This record gives sequence, C-alpha cells and structure tokens, in this order.
Amino acid sequence: MKLIVTSVLAMVIAIAVGLGITWATATRGVNVGTITIGAWTARPKTGTSGIDPYSRAAIARSGELPIGTGDGVTFTATADDNGRALDGRCDVTVSGVTPAARFWTLTVYDMKGQLVANTLQRYGFTSEEVVRESDGAFEVRLAARARAGNWLPTGGVGRYQLALRLYDTPVGVATRSQKDAPMPAVATAGCP
Amino acid sequence: MIRWLFAIVGGIILGGVVHLVSVLALPRIATQDAYARLDPITKLNAVTPLPAAEPATAPMPFMDPAFASAACKYDLSNGPIKLAVPVSQAYTSVSFYTRGDIAYYAINDRSAGRKVIELNLMTKEQKDALPEDEDITAADRLIIESPTATGLIIMRALAPEPSLMEQAKASLAAATCKVQVDQPDPPPPPVAQKPQAKR
Repeated sequence: MKLIVTSVLAMVIAIAVGLGITWATATRGVNVGTITIGAWTARPKTGTSGIDPYSRAAIARSGELPIGTGDGVTFTATADDNGRALDGRCDVTVSGVTPAARFWTLTVYDMKGQLVANTLQRYGFTSEEVVRESDGAFEVRLAARARAGNWLPTGGVGRYQLALRLYDTPVGVATRSQKDAPMPAVATAGCP
Repeated sequence: MIRWLFAIVGGIILGGVVHLVSVLALPRIATQDAYARLDPITKLNAVTPLPAAEPATAPMPFMDPAFASAACKYDLSNGPIKLAVPVSQAYTSVSFYTRGDIAYYAINDRSAGRKVIELNLMTKEQKDALPEDEDITAADRLIIESPTATGLIIMRALAPEPSLMEQAKASLAAATCKVQVDQPDPPPPPVAQKPQAKR
C-alpha cells in the first residue's frame, strides 16, 4: 500500500514538474543561441533547419511562422533598456539607428503576438516611412495618445512587445554585440 | 520519512524526463500551429493570398503588417512543384516551411537576382531521379530540396508605405505554384484557333 502511495506521489510530482517546465519554456522561450543587444533579443537560428527543440515547441504553441534566415531577423523587446516592462499607458521612445539592412519594420504586438487595434490602423513603421533627423537617426514615440513626429499608438493596452525586423541583413548567427548591430535605444519617457 | 524523500527526488528526476518528452512531442501534438491555422484557408498546390495582417483578420500571430503575403500549401507526392514569384518594387521574399513549421529555406529578390523568383521544389528522391544531363540546365533553375513531402511556401511582398499595399498584393497575385508535368506541354497547336478566326 505504502509503495503504491509513494509511486503515485512520485508520478504526480513528475507530471507537475515536467509539464510545468515545458509550459514555462514554451511560453517564455529558452536562451539557446539568443543574441541580446540592449533591450532587444533575437534567435536567428529559429529561421533555419538547426532550430532548437525549445524554439520549435514555442513556435508550435504560438502558431507563428519564424522568418527564414535568408529573409531576415526578428528582434523583440518586452522591456526598456532599464529592464522596465513596456507599458501601453506610458510614453516610450525608440531612438537611434538600426543595423545595416535593406528594410526594417518596427511593430507593436500584445503579449500573445496579436497586433494592437487602434483607430489610426497604424501597427508599425517601416524604414521608408519613418521621419529622420538630418544625421539619419530617428525617434519613434509610443503612446496611447497622439504625439508629434513618429507616433506609434499603443491603444492604451497594459504590457506589450516591440518587434524590430531587419530584412536582407548581414545580422545573424554570427552577430554578438552592439558593435556588430547598433540597435536603437528603448526608454520609458514618462507615465501618467 | 525516507520513503517521502524517495518519492520527491524520484518525482523530480522523472519530471525531467516528462519535460524532455513533452518538449519534443509538442510540435507534433500542437493543434493550433501555423500549418493547422493555414490549412483550412489555403488551396493545395496553388497560391492563396493570405488575409491582411490586421488585428481582426491576421491568421497567425507575429505577422508583419507591412507585408502582403500569400501561401502555397504543397504536396510533392504527385511530382515536383514549380514556383514563380514576380518581384515587387520594394522587397519580395519566398520562405519554405516543413509540415512541422521549420523554415528550411528562404530567399529574397536580391539573392534571386531576377525579375521573377523561379524555383523548383522537390523531395530528395525526386532530385536523385533527375536525369544527369539536366545538371546543365539546373544552373539556371534553382532546385530546392524539401525535407518533407508536404509543407508551406510563404511569399511576401513589402509595402514600404500603406498606400503601396495594393501594388504589393497585385505582384503576389501573379505568382504561380503548381505541380510540374514531367514533359513540358507543347505549345497549343495553331489549329485550335481556327474556329475563332471565322468570326
């Protein structure tokens, strides 16, 4: 009797621990081959046949199709440079320059990867439409209400994430640091 | 006491096994992966434009709203697929995914270096069965090997500004994806046009 109780307990712990870790890794991802530059992270290997099992599980769960390596690289940010979670009610600036790429796009998603609805029907900027300073640097301002310049509406949602996609770019598996890929700064400029 | 400790330690070790097995099994048992989402809205071995990447219509999460996209769900069991995607003004890419959503190949307009991205997609067996002398012609037609018999081809065209979205969609609308016939069809005989000439 005692043996059965012990075995059942062991099994219950095994299932709880095992599936718990799987759920956590499939939701948050595991840092296998991750490039972190400032607030931005990318996993260029997810766009190849050499994708790791954790990224495969995460992709199968979310239902997305990763960008192929011959196409581009996706950098995402869920927090600003100081580690503060991006909040749709705050003013957040994304400023600076981007790594070499033929085109880039900056897009706002909610935490599930859905686009954030807004009346302007603006979900992001492309490298062609963003307004720049004379030195080529740009500043995109994310806020719930209209702002001057490159305003990207957040719809006033709580937490959100940013995706900076570089298309036709040398940035990839070999990229290591800010020197190889100068990513724009992400800063929270103020909260109401 | 020792019994409980044994149960907990044993449980955690077994938990590691459960974790590894479930991570590896997840792509197989997932019911809402990208292929499953696109399966009902795409035609087999044909190009289907995908709904716009907007909050209400996006078929998949993390779609780039600056792109028009189209999909070709393929099955190579009836022969290789011939794909032709005209290049749009800004940027066009073609990505290949296995049935399990692995991006095994991607190419963009510049690396294709032409006005039309032309590719032949086949399984390893079909590639091995190609006659030797076709290697010469293989130089100007790109052959891609698919690791699985079924999968997805996603064609995407960038609209650098929202007003150019229609143009991007139009360039994808001209894309073709079809099973390649073994012998190229001879041009239709001019005889067939005779009845029209009477008009």
